Amino acid sequence: MVGRSLRQIVWARLRRDRIAMICLIILILYYLIGIVGPVVGPALGLDPYAFDRKAISNTGGQPVLPNGGISADHPFGVEWGTGRDILSQLLWGLRISLVVATTATLLTVTVGVVIGIVAGYLGGWVDLVIGRFMDLVLAFPFILIVLALSNVLTDRITDLGVPKGNPSRIVYLIVVISAFGWPYLARIVRGQVISLREREFVEAAVAMGSSRRRILFTEILPNLWAPIIVYTTLLLPAYVGFEAALSFLGVGVIPPDTTFGAMLANSVNYFTKVPVYLFIPGSILAILVVAFNLLGDALRDALDPRVTR
Amino acid sequence: MAGYIVRRTLGMVVLLVLLTLAVFVLFSLMPADPARLTCGKACSPQIIENNRHRLELDIPPVEQYQRFVSGIFFGRTYLADTKRPLECEAPCLGYSFLRNQEVLDLITKAAPVTFWLAIGGFVTWMTVGLVFGIVAALKRGRWQDRTVMGIALVGYSLPSFFIGLVLYFFVILFLHLLPNPQWKAGMPFKDLGGFVQTMLLPWITIATLNAAFYMRLTRNQVLEVFGEDYVRTARAKGLKERTVVVKHALRAGLTPIVTAAGLDLAYLLGGAIITENIFNLPGLGSLAIGSVIASDLPLISGITLIAATLIIVANLVVDLLYAVVDPRVRVG
Repeated sequence: MVGRSLRQIVWARLRRDRIAMICLIILILYYLIGIVGPVVGPALGLDPYAFDRKAISNTGGQPVLPNGGISADHPFGVEWGTGRDILSQLLWGLRISLVVATTATLLTVTVGVVIGIVAGYLGGWVDLVIGRFMDLVLAFPFILIVLALSNVLTDRITDLGVPKGNPSRIVYLIVVISAFGWPYLARIVRGQVISLREREFVEAAVAMGSSRRRILFTEILPNLWAPIIVYTTLLLPAYVGFEAALSFLGVGVIPPDTTFGAMLANSVNYFTKVPVYLFIPGSILAILVVAFNLLGDALRDALDPRVTR
Repeated sequence: MAGYIVRRTLGMVVLLVLLTLAVFVLFSLMPADPARLTCGKACSPQIIENNRHRLELDIPPVEQYQRFVSGIFFGRTYLADTKRPLECEAPCLGYSFLRNQEVLDLITKAAPVTFWLAIGGFVTWMTVGLVFGIVAALKRGRWQDRTVMGIALVGYSLPSFFIGLVLYFFVILFLHLLPNPQWKAGMPFKDLGGFVQTMLLPWITIATLNAAFYMRLTRNQVLEVFGEDYVRTARAKGLKERTVVVKHALRAGLTPIVTAAGLDLAYLLGGAIITENIFNLPGLGSLAIGSVIASDLPLISGITLIAATLIIVANLVVDLLYAVVDPRVRVG
């Protein structure tokens, strides 16, 4: 019997899970496309900002060809009114969606874990103050507060030196999503730390005179990886969907840039005439989120010692 | 128990005070220039100065906050130094100069739509979530379980606005099964048929996410309870399987879910924003979006304040209910 680390056990379990592997490959592809697409795209003649007057009619601006103008030049069709290539828009938009969701997730998790550990380990009045503060943050409905603060804070971010327009809007989304998202994880971490704090190995570390920082981040943190990883894999798809919802409501990026949500919001205007405007971005978004969630579920099973297969 | 109630209620009052402070800081101090922001497109220095005065931004922040809070309890007067002072009676959440109406009036006018949306959504998601969750747990590992869990996965994966759009497209535009949703004043009581036709798809849209979530929650909870000693004892006593399931397992297993659902109901306003937007319902969500687009700061802060208060109060009620159900909470 060879001793194996938690990582090896989890990876071995995951590799046997065919659905999880398929999802992992899909997600790697999405990230690759999101990173590489806008770099390689121009060489392949893809440009999300180029107007194609030939692809749309002179009078109404509707795509000349049926189904939103799907053709060899434009595999996913063209935008109503401008003739911009939908495939290119999706490639560039995917990058924005992934950047917002991934960065916001990393920030949320970092803040949530650090505050959760500190509150749980120190207890007393620190815990009390942090607890009240979390109650306050959690009292704001998530979508409402991100929506409500958008005008207020985007200007402030521009004032701080971030370029005006979409860069400021993207930074706004990342910052505010994280600022109002961390308490959920912090609560979970805090609960775990409170029980870990009384364990022998922590007592031993205290007795040996370890610094508080060492106890928190070298002794306690490694025991929290399982809940943190599970929560992270659930948070990522939630944030992808959340960013899409915000763009749908008009808070995200503005033209000429676009993301899934903005494209879906735009599709509403052409619902009856060009349904593919709804279904192409919609299904690409849906596959991404479902793959994330399935992988998250598989990871949770793999990390749970009670589950035997 | 009395001590617990007092302690929790005091905690809530502290939280509400902090809330007013947070809302004030976020919407009055955070904007670079609120007077400019509320000015709209046709803007001139004169209008900005007017706004600064009307919104009372030209007085020190501490005094602004005092007026904001005292307005909630005693009412306040805007433009007191001009010929046309504006009386805003308590509870005054502010005055929207863009719409020339009191914020509270705007909110109370829109609230019924969101209320009925939330109630219908709540009933839908609880029914679907509990029934399917219990079925999945009872048929664990069988095809019923897998089907339900598959539906749940899709339900919480797809963004609710996408589900709403697809429903709107297929049911209303493509198959013409329902007329275009249209909310009329006095709706549920005056025109019940039209009300149901208007609200059916919004209810499904707003319920999907929570329904999926509750299916999983219920399944896990019921399965966990089935492993408890008292269920084994009940079986060992030779009770009928039906009695074991309904009286012993479900009653204990579902209580925490039902109490916790109250809090999710309070959070439903977030979902209402998207649903009302898709189906064009004139509720609080639409009001919120409109106020954000127009940068109507008094209105946005009023809606935020109301929504957050609702959640804080719901939190207290749920905790108290839970303490009644589960005595361990009171001690710990």
